[in-house]
Amino acid sequence: MRRTVGALLRKELLVELRTFESVPGMSLFAVTTFVVFHFALNRSSVEGDLAAGILWVTLLFAAILGANRLFVADADQGGFDGFLLAPVDRSAMMVAKVLTMLAYLVVLELVAVPAFAILLLGPPLGPALPQLIAVLALGDIGIAVIGTLVGALAVQTRARDLLGPLLALPLLVPIVIGGARATAPLLAFSHAGGVPARWLLTLGLYDLIFGLIAYALFDFLLED
Amino acid sequence: MYGKGLRSLSIVTVAAMALALSLVFFYAPLEAEQGFLQKIFYIHVPLAIIALCGFVVGALFAIAHLRTRDSSWDMRSYVTIHMSLIFAVGALITGSIWAKGSWGHWWVWNEPTLVSFLIVFLLYATYQPLRFAIEDPERQSRYASVFAITAGAFVPMNFIAVRLSTAYLHPRVLGGTSNLPGSMRLTFMVSLAAVTLLFVTMCKYELTAKHTRAQVRALRRRLVGEDGSPARRGRTAVPAVGTQAAGRSGL
Amino acid sequence: MPALQLEGLARHYGEREALSDVSLTLQEGQTLVVFGPNGAGKSTLLRVLSTLLRPHAGRVQVLGCSLPDEAWSARGRLGLLGHEPLLYRELTARENLRYHASLHRVPQERVERVIEGVAMSGREDEPLRTLSRGMVQRVAIARAVLHEPELLLLDEPHSNLDPAGIELVSPLIGPASGRTRVICSHDPEAGLAGADLVLGLRSGRTALLLPVGEVTAGAIRELYR
Repeated sequence: MRRTVGALLRKELLVELRTFESVPGMSLFAVTTFVVFHFALNRSSVEGDLAAGILWVTLLFAAILGANRLFVADADQGGFDGFLLAPVDRSAMMVAKVLTMLAYLVVLELVAVPAFAILLLGPPLGPALPQLIAVLALGDIGIAVIGTLVGALAVQTRARDLLGPLLALPLLVPIVIGGARATAPLLAFSHAGGVPARWLLTLGLYDLIFGLIAYALFDFLLED
Repeated sequence: MYGKGLRSLSIVTVAAMALALSLVFFYAPLEAEQGFLQKIFYIHVPLAIIALCGFVVGALFAIAHLRTRDSSWDMRSYVTIHMSLIFAVGALITGSIWAKGSWGHWWVWNEPTLVSFLIVFLLYATYQPLRFAIEDPERQSRYASVFAITAGAFVPMNFIAVRLSTAYLHPRVLGGTSNLPGSMRLTFMVSLAAVTLLFVTMCKYELTAKHTRAQVRALRRRLVGEDGSPARRGRTAVPAVGTQAAGRSGL
Repeated sequence: MPALQLEGLARHYGEREALSDVSLTLQEGQTLVVFGPNGAGKSTLLRVLSTLLRPHAGRVQVLGCSLPDEAWSARGRLGLLGHEPLLYRELTARENLRYHASLHRVPQERVERVIEGVAMSGREDEPLRTLSRGMVQRVAIARAVLHEPELLLLDEPHSNLDPAGIELVSPLIGPASGRTRVICSHDPEAGLAGADLVLGLRSGRTALLLPVGEVTAGAIRELYR
């Protein structure tokens, strides 16, 4: 299983490095969106709830862009068949895709969070950074799981670019709730202590439940 | 196959609805604060509860479909979710009317149940477009079942998350149903039963209609040949009933 | 033990029958050639045998494993060459083959040998999208035989290949390979050469099932009428 996941991951990263289809697009989209927010909200500096909201919405939409592309190469070039013919545990594909999506999200955030801090964020990011990373990590897992599940669902349909976001957004609302609420105190001028545990628990619970569900159901999306 | 007992069920449903309506209008007392408008509660809450249960039942049918690969489970799942979506729209509309009447706004964000409901509605509204966008009938059924199970698990998770985000900040607008005086509780229970019967009856109707139509197509094909009645007109979101129909009757 | 044993295999697509009541037995080392007009179910049959599609009715035994329950055991022992090459266009031939080798637990040296076998003439490190269709077909053939399968499932294997290419891949997928083969073909004359058993499909049903000695090219052409 581990070897299969490794082989799949190597292939994913090779294809991405060859084509740069996902990550640069996601990162650029995030930075551009911050600029759009500046004009749309007519603000040069945001903090607290507003800052958390802008950050999470932008990350979410950029993530959905990436999730949409996740299975396109496999669907269009026979990658599913090639994998299904091999004597391997089929769940390895789900694991590999979730890890790939996580990698994309990490790179996205390495670009987007500093960009956000420079362009729009009022308070300094430094002191809150470790906690922010923890919240982002928990949120990323949920986004990666749902992105993988929805990406696999949508890629075999005719309106794949539209259905992906349409399916993913409602499913990701709890992540937005947990993530934004947890991040808001971190991005406020008056650092009101740390992140309330309730939100970390919500994110963690969501990750666990949907991780298990996606793992159980993914095979049914592959087979015929 | 699905039509057994449909007539008696319909009669019972009509009777129950008549009883519920008369109780609502003539028996249940007027509520002190909200007056006559409060009576919408007797239709709004049952609609919401039944819609949610319907979504969860749809997920259970979907699990049965994935385990047995019997397409009749997928048909049941489709009809249940379809009907729940309609009831959900009803719940949203009645909830909105109630909010407007009580608080002057067509929509309130500080009522977590209503907000969660909106999100669930938006999610399930993608069910039919998803099905429609997949041409291969087997794959359509399978993907729809995966979606139904994911969405079914999402419903409770979503309610928890939304409830957490609004708690401690705003008072509940529409109030709970736990401590109702006797007459109100009776009316509510009867309404709940009537709406449940309505849901089940309408699902049965839809199942019977679709199954019958598929059988007619199959018969026509056998008489006239493959070209006489093409299996499906273009694309459709409706699940295909297998040519080897399963024997179970009822919902 | 026969390599293939089908009894009443059926597969439907919604309310339409894609394959209906197909039965045959194929011994090890023999070659089955399948003819039929477009939409007859040839590719569906191949995909069912390759475990990509599950049979909806009937008994199917591939290499002694009954489908779909024992599909897992059959998977590593058969090779499919379909209409699609099942390769990533942005990766090179070597990268594609290395990927499939690791999926099938095949040592990397085998990849090198197979690359030589299809004579990539130095183009094995260029992205597949820069190669001609004939070259891509050769890489696809390499992928199909990489794990030395006992059963080969070939859908029009010579499409896009020039005569030199056909000769080149003959030891890999031709009669000389010694493997059990199921081939879909549109060419009555060339298809019959090298066949042991001939199956003609029409609208998913068996129109013709005979040993090669009892079939003429004319009978095959009748199928397409």
